[in-house]
Amino acid sequence: MSDFTRRDVLKSSAGLALGTAIASPALVAAAKAWAAESPWQPEAGATLRVLRWKRFVQSEGEAFAAMVDSFTKATGVAVRVDSQGFEDLRPKSAVAASIGAGPDIVWTIHADPHLYPDKLVDLTDVAGYLGGKYGGWYPIAETYSKSGDKWISIPYVFSGNFLNYRISAVKKAGFETVPDNLDDFLKLMQNLKKNDDPGGFALGNASGDGNCWAYWILWSHGGKVVDDNENVVLNSPEVVAALEYVAELGKTFLPGVASWLDGHNNKAFLQGACSLSNNGISIYAAAVREGMTDIANDMDHAYWPIGTTGRPLEFHVQFPMMVYKHSKYPNAAKAFIAWMMEKPQYDQMMQGSVGYLSHSLRAYNDHPVWTEDPKRRVFKDTVDRTIPYSYSGKLGYAASSVFADFVVVNMVAEAAGGSKSPKEAAADAQKRAERYYKI
Amino acid sequence: MATANDPNIGFSERLNNNRNLLGLLFMVPAAIVLLLFLTYPLGLGVWLGLTDVKIGRPGVFIGLDNYFWLFEDKVFWLSVFNTFLYTVVASIIKFGLGLWLALLLNRHMPFKAFIRAIVLLPFIVPTVLSALAFWWIYDSQDSVISWILIEMGVIDQTIDFLGHPNNARASVIAANIWRGVPFVAITLLAGLQTISPTLYEAATIDGAGEWRRFRHITFPLLTPIIAVVMTFSVLFTFTDFQLIWVMTRGGPINATHLMATLSYQRAIVGGALGEGAAIATAMIPFLLAAILFSYFGLQRRKWQQGGRDD
Repeated sequence: MSDFTRRDVLKSSAGLALGTAIASPALVAAAKAWAAESPWQPEAGATLRVLRWKRFVQSEGEAFAAMVDSFTKATGVAVRVDSQGFEDLRPKSAVAASIGAGPDIVWTIHADPHLYPDKLVDLTDVAGYLGGKYGGWYPIAETYSKSGDKWISIPYVFSGNFLNYRISAVKKAGFETVPDNLDDFLKLMQNLKKNDDPGGFALGNASGDGNCWAYWILWSHGGKVVDDNENVVLNSPEVVAALEYVAELGKTFLPGVASWLDGHNNKAFLQGACSLSNNGISIYAAAVREGMTDIANDMDHAYWPIGTTGRPLEFHVQFPMMVYKHSKYPNAAKAFIAWMMEKPQYDQMMQGSVGYLSHSLRAYNDHPVWTEDPKRRVFKDTVDRTIPYSYSGKLGYAASSVFADFVVVNMVAEAAGGSKSPKEAAADAQKRAERYYKI
Repeated sequence: MATANDPNIGFSERLNNNRNLLGLLFMVPAAIVLLLFLTYPLGLGVWLGLTDVKIGRPGVFIGLDNYFWLFEDKVFWLSVFNTFLYTVVASIIKFGLGLWLALLLNRHMPFKAFIRAIVLLPFIVPTVLSALAFWWIYDSQDSVISWILIEMGVIDQTIDFLGHPNNARASVIAANIWRGVPFVAITLLAGLQTISPTLYEAATIDGAGEWRRFRHITFPLLTPIIAVVMTFSVLFTFTDFQLIWVMTRGGPINATHLMATLSYQRAIVGGALGEGAAIATAMIPFLLAAILFSYFGLQRRKWQQGGRDD
């Protein structure tokens, strides 16, 4: 999810230049003790190549590097970490899977492990170990990771995407906070527009923010892309109802949302032009970091309103770790993943990511990152509220392709902009999605 | 003088002096490079378009299924329409502006070399950088154009450059033109400078005015260059990717998706390598047509087609 601003990019390149992440001596001592007792003893002479997504929050990247460094000091396994943006990371890891060469471990995104499940090392033992030690996995984490009875990835973290709003604007519009039902939410958006502090959601091909809100609007009305048997059901009364709602909602958006990509709402919000949008915690984190106190103090986060289904159905991003079968050092790789999720390391990661990343193991629910700043509170429940984009079908190619081809985003954008009637938009999206589910 | 047929000369020496064979031998390295780096990838692309291969998963041959599907795919046809609109409008305007600029630059003026160098700047700046600059210029909230017009009192709210389908098309075309004009202008300028001034002097003595000198001397002598430069310009425009990808990702609602960007979105981002390859392959006939048109349509002088000028 490219929820980052230009400033983040500049910062991260500056961070690379500094790039010094060395584990403290205490950490190394603890690491050595851990390594001696670990169920996975690295193979002799093992080295690891890890491919990960390019971080958005600099402090998260630094924490990651320090954790890797301490792993190397404890186990003697040299680890090389490469970073890639998502658009390159996903095809690269798929190609590595198919040709059987390249990195050993990939920290990837979404349900990508389900695109090549038989190329991945069975991580059931690692999942069992971590789940047993840290209070168990959240159900969605298990859903994302299991292929049949096997765990093909470890659901390392999730990244929440919630409503970001200006407190004063919402109050002025007659609400204490963002309402939790669809009717009042529409009223809020209409009042915001009336008061000349409009909100807005991305309608361009924004793979993060666009998909997150488009899938929510679908699900909150009881609609979905496919039913339990993988039949495409976009051309349904529920989806049409969702799009009729979108048509009304779209009238309240600030101008320009049709062209918005992932970074636009961050910018508009930080400039004060947008009073409500959906995003990760990066807007707030940037406001705090840059000392924009007028914005930081006057903003907060809220859950997505619950729709006709009566339960939260939201889309948040998963970042799983997977190990290829072609890796010559599967034990070292398993030790690495287990190490990264042990408390000292995971704490460090959560702290470094300042709420951008949310835990998948129950024991981390009490992490101070969620209490030291009440405005991060909402992101704590990411893993409790998310469902995968494949809902309610299976994880795999078809669901990933529909997602990547913006079928739902385009449908919602058509209805919001009025270029197609809700019925036409739903019928066209049905055809596009059917193509992917046909094979 | 010994000839190749001289019975006194040995076989190997004859072979050594055989121009045809040597010619072939000298062409082998180039042929290998062409085969390896052009024919093979192109052939592989065409082949992939006939399979349902996904990234990371081998596919099977499915014949023309990808094309049948694309034929019914509204988004694909929209991208074809966009590509044509983009190419035709941008190429015509680039040609007009480029020729005009070349004629201006061909005159005597102070700081001639310096000005010519400056004109090239848009072409030198990496595309991604200029695309980012335009991304800001067209921003829905902070566009400098909107800001100036608002300050001048011409409009009272920001222009939605990339949010409305037709605005978005016009905006990306404008960005492409800005980038492409220098190439056309400088190349045509080079062509203009090969035209002998004596022709103009003779024409002036014969009483030809500015327009007739252009119509009967400049333009005919420039057509070979025009043919080459416009072929390149059309090819570059037709296959443009970076500008669109940075500015709109093909949005809003696919209004600016070109065949190249759609191919990338489906093949690399979406993982449907076979279908993406089919879209890319579908571009080939159009590109061939553009090349053939310029070859036979514009290059009317015999030497350009391998003959001799009388």
